[in-house]
Amino acid sequence: MKVRQIGAALAATALALTASACGSSGGAGGGGDTMKVGIKFDQPGLGLKVGSDYKGLDVDVAKYVAKELGKTPEFIQAPSAQRETLLSTGQVTLIFATYSITDKRKESVSFAGPYFIAGQDLLVRADNSDITGPDSLAGKKLCSVTGSTSAQKIKDKVPGVNLQEFGTYSECVAALDAGTIDALTTDNTILAGFAAQEQYKGKLKVVGNTFSEERYGVGLKKGDKALCEQVNAALKKMVDSGEWQKAVDANLGPAGFKPGAGNPPAADACS
Amino acid sequence: MGDILSNYNVLGAFWVTIQLSVLAAIGSLLIGTVVAIMRVSPVAVLRGLGTAYVNIIRNTPLTLLMVFSVLGLSLLLGLQISEQASTNAYWWAVIMLSVYHAAFVCEALRSGVNTIPAGQAEAARSIGLTFAQSLREVLLPQAFRGAIAPLGSTLIALIKNTTVAALILGATEAAGTLSKITENEGAQLPIFFLFALGFVLLTLPLGVLFTSMSQRLAVKR
Repeated sequence: MKVRQIGAALAATALALTASACGSSGGAGGGGDTMKVGIKFDQPGLGLKVGSDYKGLDVDVAKYVAKELGKTPEFIQAPSAQRETLLSTGQVTLIFATYSITDKRKESVSFAGPYFIAGQDLLVRADNSDITGPDSLAGKKLCSVTGSTSAQKIKDKVPGVNLQEFGTYSECVAALDAGTIDALTTDNTILAGFAAQEQYKGKLKVVGNTFSEERYGVGLKKGDKALCEQVNAALKKMVDSGEWQKAVDANLGPAGFKPGAGNPPAADACS
Repeated sequence: MGDILSNYNVLGAFWVTIQLSVLAAIGSLLIGTVVAIMRVSPVAVLRGLGTAYVNIIRNTPLTLLMVFSVLGLSLLLGLQISEQASTNAYWWAVIMLSVYHAAFVCEALRSGVNTIPAGQAEAARSIGLTFAQSLREVLLPQAFRGAIAPLGSTLIALIKNTTVAALILGATEAAGTLSKITENEGAQLPIFFLFALGFVLLTLPLGVLFTSMSQRLAVKR
């Protein structure tokens, strides 16, 4: 048993290494018929690279929007820390990468959308019933990603929280599955994506008591109002045609996840 | 820039980096000396163990050691140093930095031992000193003096490698704090250079010091 768990731990470590190793080779901005689109490569349910293909809600929304703009998307990895740089240097045109709209980020980039309202939530083992939200975390061991917004927020919300921080969520999920931490906290979409993965199906559940609001927007170069309005029109069409609901059900549905209040969201005005 | 410095504890982050460096430097010097003694000892089993330690640890990525310490040893096998996750991760980081750099300290010391003419070791044994006595009185003092320069390089590498601890430590030391600032404020070159400068300030004087020490302390032959 222990041997298997150590094996799982090693595998998760190896995964973490490869995930950070495959950097993107950036180039000039998209011209002609292709458009460079930044997504996450390592988040199941949202943006995940599977072989040479890409899967997830962010990917499906990106494909739809690109099609509406008459372009073929070329996917490029956009890790959280590099998103602003990728946009401002023109290495990608649009970013769909669990990119929350915040005033701080609006200083360096512009946003279309939002196309999804997520919220910080908790992921626990399926047989756990005593963790119901941020108020029931006393004496529990939590896990999140180093320096992430979720890690900072849980520290503010639950003073003295017993928080282990790792480099990626995969490591947290491995430890949660092994039973050595009690809960993993970040956006409910990311949690649902992990819970829906084949190897964790039925073993983990999202608590469903969100305590923040993350409005996922489409990142684009600051001040590109025309592009922003085109993207917003495409997003609206996606929601109206029912494609949006289909994409959400297909990518996040398998874990029994239902989008929270406010979904599907109406886009903000472009500026 | 100014408001970022007042909102985030950058000095505190570098203080944690210094703590990790000092503790791990002491730890790796102790473990490394023991392993080096094993590698030059007259007992074949000890030599084999020392060689195995160096080859295994030196060729394992530090990232893997770090994550494995908390995920594998601490969480799965229950080797908890503290119930509080952050304290637990801190001490595991110190241990793993020590264990990893001990392999390099060992090799630096062994190169120091190799600078001593074999005749000295033979002379020490022939006047009746035991292996431990000849190590203490003859070999190690000269080995440390001969190995100052590579030991200095190892220490500088150790200081920079403390950033790998951010993987398990969260936003307490310098690299973790940098990723936290990047998450909240977006990536900014000036902040990046500020942190880079912090590391230059920590390592450059050490480099100068070790170079001059290696010249002053070298055993003249």
